[in-house]
Amino acid sequence: MSLIPITNTKNKQVNYNKKNSKEDLVDFEVSLLLEAVLFCYDYDFRHYSRASLTRRVYNCLEKSHIHTIAEMIPKVIYDTDFFELFLKEMSITVTEMFRDPLVFKTLRNQVVTQLKTYSRINIWHAGCATGEEVYSLAIMLKEEGLLSRCQIYATDFNNQSLAIAEQGIYKAEKIAGYTRNYISSGGKASFADYYQARHGNAKMKNELTEHITFAHHNLIKDQCFAQMHLIVCRNVLIYFDRKLQDQVLSLFKQSLLHRGYLVLGDKESLEFSSQKGNFITVANNQRIYQKACYD
Amino acid sequence: MIDVPQSNKSNHNYQALVIGVSAGGFNALCHLLPLLPDNFPLAIVVLQHRGDNFNVNDDDFLITYLQRLCIMPVQEAKQRESIEAGRIYIAPAKYHLLIEKERLFSLSLEPPINFSIPSIDVLFNSASRCYKNQLIGLILTGANSDGSLGLKAIHDNGGLTLVQSPDTAEVATMPQAAINAHKVDYVLSLNDIAIFLQELTLGEKVND
Repeated sequence: MSLIPITNTKNKQVNYNKKNSKEDLVDFEVSLLLEAVLFCYDYDFRHYSRASLTRRVYNCLEKSHIHTIAEMIPKVIYDTDFFELFLKEMSITVTEMFRDPLVFKTLRNQVVTQLKTYSRINIWHAGCATGEEVYSLAIMLKEEGLLSRCQIYATDFNNQSLAIAEQGIYKAEKIAGYTRNYISSGGKASFADYYQARHGNAKMKNELTEHITFAHHNLIKDQCFAQMHLIVCRNVLIYFDRKLQDQVLSLFKQSLLHRGYLVLGDKESLEFSSQKGNFITVANNQRIYQKACYD
Repeated sequence: MIDVPQSNKSNHNYQALVIGVSAGGFNALCHLLPLLPDNFPLAIVVLQHRGDNFNVNDDDFLITYLQRLCIMPVQEAKQRESIEAGRIYIAPAKYHLLIEKERLFSLSLEPPINFSIPSIDVLFNSASRCYKNQLIGLILTGANSDGSLGLKAIHDNGGLTLVQSPDTAEVATMPQAAINAHKVDYVLSLNDIAIFLQELTLGEKVND
């Protein structure tokens, strides 16, 4: 590294470091933005996969009619409304009822028997987004005769998603697809039993909602809050780098009782994790694991 | 005969080839990939659109089938897996596939782009940011316009852009859209694409 003699800067024209491309500058701006978010709001996005995070930062940029990522930094720091918008954009809420039906079918066939041996069952759905999969889980548990014994904690860091999840109101046009998924998942009744149609919407019935507690929880900084028999966390870890994945998996291990179950997304695996040794595989393709018991 | 410019031959240092393909893709991939030399020195990342009623097990079928035709190892692009030269990676269905700066894959469940998940634009954009002028982008047959903007991004970042000639494509829409979006470097038939890639990367044959 060499210092530039001050006489060389007599030319008023700003000289960008030529080694840096436009993309390098974007990376630098994103890093500064994430530092600002961490400093001001204690949300740490630094260990998110950068490529998709950068896409979402650009989405946020487009929606807010500003031109550079650098311009987002003062807005994030001084405008809490803008931060809310940013936070909403950062969390991915694409989900559906009984997404990957085979996972729910496998839970029915291979996990429910074990859960039935407990008198009280704690379940944590981490990163529940707008709630579609929590209601799917509640429906499955009801059909297996377990829901009355269950306390389901559904958490997310995005309060706006949580509000939607808590309402349990979904667009009627989605119901046909959800019904197909429900049937493929081994549903024992009719999906229509679980919602009331009104004004082009479907509202999930209270008999499901009353067993679910919706709460704000940030997987990156918040601790475990109860001993769980089952943790479902699907398509959350895919956005994290390996270090953060391991940190969150460690939190899940701490939160689970011995022989408690963990369900991940279909592209998430314990295969490369430092936590691999703490779990045994129940259903590899469905990403269902069980906390190992070494006594 | 395809004229591979001397400057391309001597100055390039291509590390990866990204291929975007939609309707008609199965036949096109089965035609093109086996024509590539066994010692092809680039990583190949293939993104094939699938229909809505796609069964996840079909991923295994595409990989198994292509593996029967190709010497190069064919595998699913897995979350946070490092990208290695001489391998063919297939983008899984129902997730966007991106390439991180560290040259590894990441997946995302953002909403569809151009009605597509995975989307070619998403893959090509992220790949172009990562590989810059070490990337070759290729658009094959397809019935929508996904990939056009991504191919342009590859061009803007100094990479090389190839498109299957629309008159030889099973469905011309996607290659034509790519050609309309920017001045593509080469428009070729599948056979010529294979010859071109071999000459470009291995410097074999044709020396005029």
